Amino acid sequence: MSEKGMKLNLKIWRQKSSKDKGGFVDYKVENISPNMSFLEMLDVLNEKIILEGGEPIAFDNDCREGICGMCGLYINGRPHGPQSGTTTCQLHMRSFRDGELITIEPWRCGAFPIVKDLIVDRSALDKIIMAGGFISVSTGAAPEANTIPVPRDDSGNSMDAAQCIGCGACIAACPNASAMLFTAAKISHLGLLPQGQPERKKRALSMVKAMDDAGFGGCTNHGECEAACPKNVSTKFIARMNRDYISAGLTEEPEKE
Amino acid sequence: MMNRLFEIINSSIGRKVIMAITGIVVVGFLLGHMTGNLLVFKGPDAINHYAEFLQSKPLLIWTNRIVLLVSLILHIWAATTLTLDAWNARPVPYASSQRILETTYAARTMRWGGPIIALYVIYHLLHFTVGRVGPQHFEGDVYMNIVTGFRIPYIAGFYIICMLAIGFHLYHGIWSFFQTLGANHPLYNPLRRIIAVAIALTITAGFISVPLGVIFRVIGGDIP
Repeated sequence: MSEKGMKLNLKIWRQKSSKDKGGFVDYKVENISPNMSFLEMLDVLNEKIILEGGEPIAFDNDCREGICGMCGLYINGRPHGPQSGTTTCQLHMRSFRDGELITIEPWRCGAFPIVKDLIVDRSALDKIIMAGGFISVSTGAAPEANTIPVPRDDSGNSMDAAQCIGCGACIAACPNASAMLFTAAKISHLGLLPQGQPERKKRALSMVKAMDDAGFGGCTNHGECEAACPKNVSTKFIARMNRDYISAGLTEEPEKE
Repeated sequence: MMNRLFEIINSSIGRKVIMAITGIVVVGFLLGHMTGNLLVFKGPDAINHYAEFLQSKPLLIWTNRIVLLVSLILHIWAATTLTLDAWNARPVPYASSQRILETTYAARTMRWGGPIIALYVIYHLLHFTVGRVGPQHFEGDVYMNIVTGFRIPYIAGFYIICMLAIGFHLYHGIWSFFQTLGANHPLYNPLRRIIAVAIALTITAGFISVPLGVIFRVIGGDIP
């Protein structure tokens, strides 16, 4: 590690509130350790801004361990920055060159209104979950092993889908701002398990409806979502969601009045 | 019951399904159309008799036309509304250009390819079916129309470019057909690309071979 650390030029989206028009502001940071995380680099910048009497840059973050799904910045044209399979908090400054210009934007999606600066309101994803991302009955504590048989491939696929941390990078990366990878992951991780079977069709119908109602775009099979996903959730789950939705649409009986 | 059906069809996935199914109907038509066109290599009698045979079966030809027209209308409806949904879904664009990781040229040009192909189809029908544009139209002489039409370099060039556009559109469309209808399995996923490339290439190469054949005098070489 060099004695002086890295110098970086930052171009960051600032916006006072959802009603403010917002715009880019240029910043310079020095003495950045290549071993800092991206968020720590922003912490350093914020300390400097506060010392100078300015308003610190607002950005979402929580666990800083790459598992909570709170952080998410659009860095140089890629959600979560240049390293694949990585959340913003787990991205380190060694992924950038000394003196590099880094452009930082919030997720851009009509269903994600900007709260402040780089923070967007992702309640639309909660609405999709509320529409069916659950099992209505109590399934109790973890059952004795093998009392409920689950085929190995199914449990593996279910866990792959359940990797989704709901950060919204798939939507940020999608040229259509589509939430299909998120919705597909949530539909699939329950739909692959025995406990999720009774409500499988209803879940597919109502979660897709909530997704459409929230104003996300549709899928045109670009595959950008999977490439941007910090948890590498596969687009095979979108095909699975389509299967579930089509079969539910053809066979699920409407609820009795 | 109908409300439910309309709701399903009108959903984002429902419209994608409509797009996939109507697209495959057109792919089937294109395969037949292209195969028929290749008869031009067998000489004037082969293709003209084939055309006469088709014209002698009005029921067949009109069923075909109506199915195609309905498919195209539904295809364009689904494409247009989904495109508008997608544009509305991101009212404020990114300032930095999006890094392309996975998507292909074919996928990114679907939305411009579609309208270009639609305009081409109108021109094509006016040229060969109606005979209102292009050189002198010989009613009932398909062979002569092909030869005189494609001897004009800009017409041949325009057709070839449009066929390439159709090729890209078909490649992403056929691949998407599988994914949209949920056909995704590790055992045969590689086949989806292979099938998409094979059909798109066959149709494109088959169609392009005709103007190329005219330009290089393989077709109609004896006509002055």
